[in-house]
Amino acid sequence: MPSRDGPAVVEVHDLVKRYPRADTNAVDGLSFTVTPGEIFGLFGPNGAGKSTTVGILTTRLRATGGRVTVGGVDVGRDPAAARAQLAVVPQHNNLDRALTPRQNLVYHATYHGVRRREAQARAAELLERFGLTERADRRIEAYSGGMAQRLMIARALTHEPTVLFLDEPTNALDPQTRLLIWGQLRELRARGVAIVLTTHAMNEAARVVDRVGIVDHGRLLTLDTPTNLVRGLAGDALLDLTVTPAGGDDPDAICAALGELTGVRKAERLATPTGPAGWRPGGGGAGLAGVGAGGAGMLAALAAGAGGGRPGAGRLAALAGAGLLGRGGGAAGNGGRGRLRIRLHLAGEAATLLGPAVTALAARSAAINAVDIGEPSLEDVFIELTGRQPR
Amino acid sequence: MTALDTPTPLRPTIAPRSRPGTGRVFAAVLRRDLMVTGRELWVILVQVGLTPLFMLFVFNTVLGSQGLVGRGFADVFLPGIIALAALTTALQSVALPLVKEFGFTMEIEDRLMAPLPTGYVAIGKLVIATIRGLLAAVLIYPLGALMVGSAPWRPAGLPLAFVVALLGAWIGGAIGMSLATTLPVQRINVTFSVILTPIIWTGCIHYPWPRLSSVPWYQVVTALNPMTYVSEGVRGALLPGVPHLPGWVCLTVLTGVAVVLTWVSVRCFSRRAIQ
Repeated sequence: MPSRDGPAVVEVHDLVKRYPRADTNAVDGLSFTVTPGEIFGLFGPNGAGKSTTVGILTTRLRATGGRVTVGGVDVGRDPAAARAQLAVVPQHNNLDRALTPRQNLVYHATYHGVRRREAQARAAELLERFGLTERADRRIEAYSGGMAQRLMIARALTHEPTVLFLDEPTNALDPQTRLLIWGQLRELRARGVAIVLTTHAMNEAARVVDRVGIVDHGRLLTLDTPTNLVRGLAGDALLDLTVTPAGGDDPDAICAALGELTGVRKAERLATPTGPAGWRPGGGGAGLAGVGAGGAGMLAALAAGAGGGRPGAGRLAALAGAGLLGRGGGAAGNGGRGRLRIRLHLAGEAATLLGPAVTALAARSAAINAVDIGEPSLEDVFIELTGRQPR
Repeated sequence: MTALDTPTPLRPTIAPRSRPGTGRVFAAVLRRDLMVTGRELWVILVQVGLTPLFMLFVFNTVLGSQGLVGRGFADVFLPGIIALAALTTALQSVALPLVKEFGFTMEIEDRLMAPLPTGYVAIGKLVIATIRGLLAAVLIYPLGALMVGSAPWRPAGLPLAFVVALLGAWIGGAIGMSLATTLPVQRINVTFSVILTPIIWTGCIHYPWPRLSSVPWYQVVTALNPMTYVSEGVRGALLPGVPHLPGWVCLTVLTGVAVVLTWVSVRCFSRRAIQ
């Protein structure tokens, strides 16, 4: 579907791909569009169909059904013309080892019809932009993973594509290289290049992508801006509780009881933590370690007092005063046995739910070992939609 | 799924590109392989030189000095060696790099993503393999002559010898490309041995085909090997006095085989490149 701001440069309509001798479709009726100057994130678990989709868009795989256009060219009908519109940066290093880094750029440009003199000028400019000028004439084998990745992105830009496809562009790279790459992608977007990227570093990508499509089992589960996805699916806040149930109490019943509290959209059990404070939602949050059932009243009072402001991820103060701590971190007290981790997806502020949650747990004589508050992220949306089972 | 909230492009300045001419892109892809070939000239020399020259040395110099091989054997053998160099060098120079490029490094992806029908990339590989095969044939001629101390020399036959060697190199390239793009990587070594050994030993490199009439079943087997027509074609062009298959037979068979193997190898390459 064309966007309201002009014709799409990537159009995928009812795309189907079934591999020979496969029982199911790897891509099963996928449709989406990407407009010029847009960064589009195609996310999904391993084997979800995103690589197959990108493979078809970049002419390396043949579709079983549906229609795909890139830069206005039907990929199935005229793959060679479609290749003039696009560039691909794969996850693996596919640089030409028989050529130097500079020659990689120059030859790539000439493969796309750029005259040699112009290709050399573009190569020099791109090597400079990606900080590779000094090492432009060495052997490719001497390049680190980050340098190879930068060179592959630079190579993709030598023929000035309309659409750039990137597969895990920042995988296993140091923070400096990641920053450089994200910065370059923003610049390309500003110049009107459409970018389609697949990555598992979703929270990092959420800062640059304009829209996200999440695929699983070859189907598009959702498509929206990262902000809308997070607000719509994961709720406004997350509250993780680590508790030790009273003897004989049913963990599922505790989870259900918390799920029934007003303001809780969903309660789910998480894997039991291995560390003293456990995993924290949204990359940060508050830690309340080892609060025994007896401390519930004080905790509720504190929570009520803190309810005025909405805590940001990773910025909530840790409430770890000596008076609040029950047994110096319940983890040490019972070795973590019988503990339960419950995540509450909340419609409103986490602090306002803290009191009722603690009260509900106290009523069941459950000891609270840790409390973590945080903001939901794109990764939470992803897990919510595609489940926790590894593929 | 409805695409809501599509962001406004900030400054869309990139216009859809027009597709560059096929000839120009093909020339660029070819230029890369030519540059690499030029740089690997010494590799070709080693590839070309060792096996055939050792064969010449043992069969002519060693066995000749012991009186086990007649004095005219070198003249019969050298055209076979030239034919062998053309076909096997082309085969190896396309097969081994392709196994690497498709299997381990995926280096070829950059050329496969050029705005060019995939078949042209395959044809480019065959062109380069043929050039390398011909280069091998041209180099082995004087090297072999130096090794045995003499060589059949008939300028009138050189054009035919050249065309036959060219067809032989093209066929070698096509066989190499078909193998490299269809066989699993882990079986490539054993398959090369299984394919290359019979090509060499049933290819009439050491003997003229008509004289095999004493072993009819073997004569039939050798007639099924395209190498036979390359050896016989070069031998007939350089040594018309030695019994040989007629030149037109060699050219006809080799052209037919080249057409079929070109179709097969380009198809294998394209199926490997686009699934």
